[in-house]
Amino acid sequence: MATVMRPNSLVGTSVKRTEDVRFLTGQGHFTDDLTLPGMTSAVFVRSPYAHARIRSIDATRARKHPGVLGVFTGQDLMAVNPLPVGWLLPGLRIPERRVLAVGTVRHQGEAVAVIVAENPYAARDAAGLVEVDYEPLPVVVDAEAALAPNAPRLHESQPDNSAFEWSIGDAVATDAAFAGAAHVIKQRFRNQRLIANAIEPRACIASYSAAGNDLTLWLTSQNPHVHRLLMGAFVLGVPEHKFRVISPDVGGGFGSKIFVYPEEVVACWVTRKLGRPVKWTADRSESFLTDAHGRDHITDAEMAFDARGQIVGLRVRTIANLGSGLSLFGPSVPTYLYGTLLCGQYRIGAIHCSVTGVFTNTVPVDAYRGAGRPEACFVVERLVDLGALELGIDPAELRRRNFIASDQFPYQTPVALAYDSGNYAPALERALELAGYAQLRAEQKQLRAEGRYLGIGLSSYIEACGLAPSQVAGALGAQAGLYESAQVRIHPTGKVTVYSGSHSHGQGHETAFAQIVAGELGLALEDVEVIHGDTAQVQFGMGTYGSRSAAVGGAAIHMSVQKVKDKARKIAAHLLEAAEGDIEVEGSNYFVRGSPERGKQFGDLALAAYLAHNLPQGLEPGLEAVSFFDPTNFTYPFGTHIAVVEVEAATGAVTLKRYIAVDDVGNVINPMIVEGQLHGGVAQGIAQALWESAEYDPQGQLLTGSLMEYALPKAEMLPAFETDRTVTPSPVNPLGVKGAGEAGAIAAPVAVANAVLDALSPFGIKYLDMPYTPSRVWAAIQQSGRK
Amino acid sequence: MAEVTIAVNGVSSSHSIQDRMLLVHYLRDVLRLTGTHVGCDTSQCGACTVLLDGVAVKSCTVLAAQADGSHVATIEGMGTPAALHALQQAFREEHGLQCGFCTPGVVMAAADMLRRNPSPTEEQVRSELGGNLCRCTGYHNIVKAILRAAEQMRSEQQSPARAVPMAAAAR
Repeated sequence: MATVMRPNSLVGTSVKRTEDVRFLTGQGHFTDDLTLPGMTSAVFVRSPYAHARIRSIDATRARKHPGVLGVFTGQDLMAVNPLPVGWLLPGLRIPERRVLAVGTVRHQGEAVAVIVAENPYAARDAAGLVEVDYEPLPVVVDAEAALAPNAPRLHESQPDNSAFEWSIGDAVATDAAFAGAAHVIKQRFRNQRLIANAIEPRACIASYSAAGNDLTLWLTSQNPHVHRLLMGAFVLGVPEHKFRVISPDVGGGFGSKIFVYPEEVVACWVTRKLGRPVKWTADRSESFLTDAHGRDHITDAEMAFDARGQIVGLRVRTIANLGSGLSLFGPSVPTYLYGTLLCGQYRIGAIHCSVTGVFTNTVPVDAYRGAGRPEACFVVERLVDLGALELGIDPAELRRRNFIASDQFPYQTPVALAYDSGNYAPALERALELAGYAQLRAEQKQLRAEGRYLGIGLSSYIEACGLAPSQVAGALGAQAGLYESAQVRIHPTGKVTVYSGSHSHGQGHETAFAQIVAGELGLALEDVEVIHGDTAQVQFGMGTYGSRSAAVGGAAIHMSVQKVKDKARKIAAHLLEAAEGDIEVEGSNYFVRGSPERGKQFGDLALAAYLAHNLPQGLEPGLEAVSFFDPTNFTYPFGTHIAVVEVEAATGAVTLKRYIAVDDVGNVINPMIVEGQLHGGVAQGIAQALWESAEYDPQGQLLTGSLMEYALPKAEMLPAFETDRTVTPSPVNPLGVKGAGEAGAIAAPVAVANAVLDALSPFGIKYLDMPYTPSRVWAAIQQSGRK
Repeated sequence: MAEVTIAVNGVSSSHSIQDRMLLVHYLRDVLRLTGTHVGCDTSQCGACTVLLDGVAVKSCTVLAAQADGSHVATIEGMGTPAALHALQQAFREEHGLQCGFCTPGVVMAAADMLRRNPSPTEEQVRSELGGNLCRCTGYHNIVKAILRAAEQMRSEQQSPARAVPMAAAAR
């Protein structure tokens, strides 16, 4: 690679990732890979019941087991505060959630005791010796059933099991819109419960040194500073400056590693109690039973159209299953990340959405890739297709007619958000072109005549990401700001270390962030090192979720680089005996306008900054900058995805034949990485439509509790993806980027759903619950009476 | 306790281990070769895939005692940062990894796949990957990487240095 490059020559190019080599040679450092001297092992005893009173816990035999160092129950940890809730809604009911159950367990897998032993074998053996006497209680797992008057009650303080009633939009205007509508489409939707299933299970190592009163926690975290703040200040009462959280290489998150979980809190308590490091690593069964689940909505929705097909109103009533208690951001997901997105890409005159959050005897629900936005997209995009069917208008044409026009941005929706930018029609047209839409429709017609059922499904999605303007988030109930920080430190030799508050667990920040810096400073990529995931090294950070790393974290890095360049320009002006305003910068060359050959190289300026032998009067030595970037608005990626499926009527089997995705995520730092993010999101979204579902039996037993029953997609279940992008830069950050991590998971479920239901339209089938398994599709065809 | 002698990446060593110790834990906890990962407890995810006497196995489903006297090849033996194996290089070129957790298992499974079938079709690659789960990539770029590596490995005979781990495992 050339040592000197033009400004920004690295941004927008698919450079290969710097982090790859360590992963490809087995040299990654995941939490469970680490071993500390004297380290002990923790194993949790978990409730087999979904709802039960704990009569007694007898750990006598377990304590006597060879190698066991301690057995602790909820009673031992009463000094530890309950788990925090990070997003408050008006009137929110917050039942106490303790790290080890006290008195009552409320979901299968809730931890009731922890065994600490010399090694994992002894700990696991001893866990089987703990005798817990449970008195089973009545169970409710379905959110709608939990609202019934005679339903089992989860929390004494909450007789009707509801956590909140929330609404957004204008009910009166919406009623008026419906009253004057030519067509009204009604549909009940079930957006099924999902489990993130990052392939690396959650893990932690806690280590306490009494000598310095220092607590260190290695944790599979998407946001180590958030973990430190919440655990230190609110749960454990540990001073923040004596508490270091390190989130090393993390094997995927998808939301599930944002939250404060009981296990890391218990590990921190145990290491302080025993004075030895302790490691806990979930096995996959524990992941299923304890990682926050996602989605789980029941929704009744209606869309009103005028005679020409203009959408005039949308009314949505949702019951959101929150699980047995409130996970960290559980209240925000089915409210502000959901109801605010119901305008889609369309000019909808009036919208009203109300949501009831409900407690059930299930694992707490929180953000999973997309978090609220896939649920909103599903409702809007399915209703649009149903409208197209009712009005006899092609689904692509109906979307086209309703798009917010490109000259209407920024666009104020009826549900609080103001879209920053957008140009929806070109993405739709490009997707149609890639798909060969007219040809596909012709093929569909021909195949139907042969008794074959091809389906074509569109999804024109919107998302809000780049979370978020702190002031807005605060006004809506967030208990934290949502800015990001970055420190750019130039070393005397001109090499650079970047400290980012974002966290990479697959997103390639070490490469993409280095591209921003190296490009701006005219350096080679290998001259820039990106550090993240360590509270002792990185000043502060809000972490990675909500597709925010580039739009917020990247922007913070950009700000710091500009500050560094400004200072370098001052030094250059001084050394070149010129006015600062006469200094021009090209790559790493700082020169007086018109004399590039007599310029100073950035490396020379860095050295001058640290030698400090000859600096402008009053200028501090050194060359580094810290910035906190707080965006003025969310960013709003969009696009159109098209799925093509064939349904075999005799068996109900659905084959996904093609998947076309045209996305607009604004400017792109590394197209290769962005495309990879989109692929992954699309795969998870397709999987929701066709295979994945977390299913409980009526007794609250998770029937899909392992990878044998919960159907993660395999390679042969997915096609090669056909992708393209349009580019509408975001005006709300200096990079013009929007975010790409969640787009696929938002767009894909309903694209596939629309395709399957399009294939089934000859049978008069307009709706089926996901996932579209062969048995479900086959049964629907049988019941249609038109087979 | 069981006495085992296992040659891992060409280096033989003997240990006294618990009878119930899994091969993956022997590699990770006894030999400290932590590139082989554990992602599930039901033999689905394939993050623990290694070559046992040249054949891909899920090391979470093999007792270390069963590997006594065998040759095991792990990701650490495939190539070095300075001299990546063709598969490792292809995964980097095609962005066939994101978080990197499933990657070692996928690479080892791919090594076995290409040993048995040096010229797979895309369909065959997808089918053969049935024992490995990746949650990040949607497999698109993994498939491209394996096809690219296959082409690379066919077009230029691998240098002896690069072929060591598989050759050692196949002895």
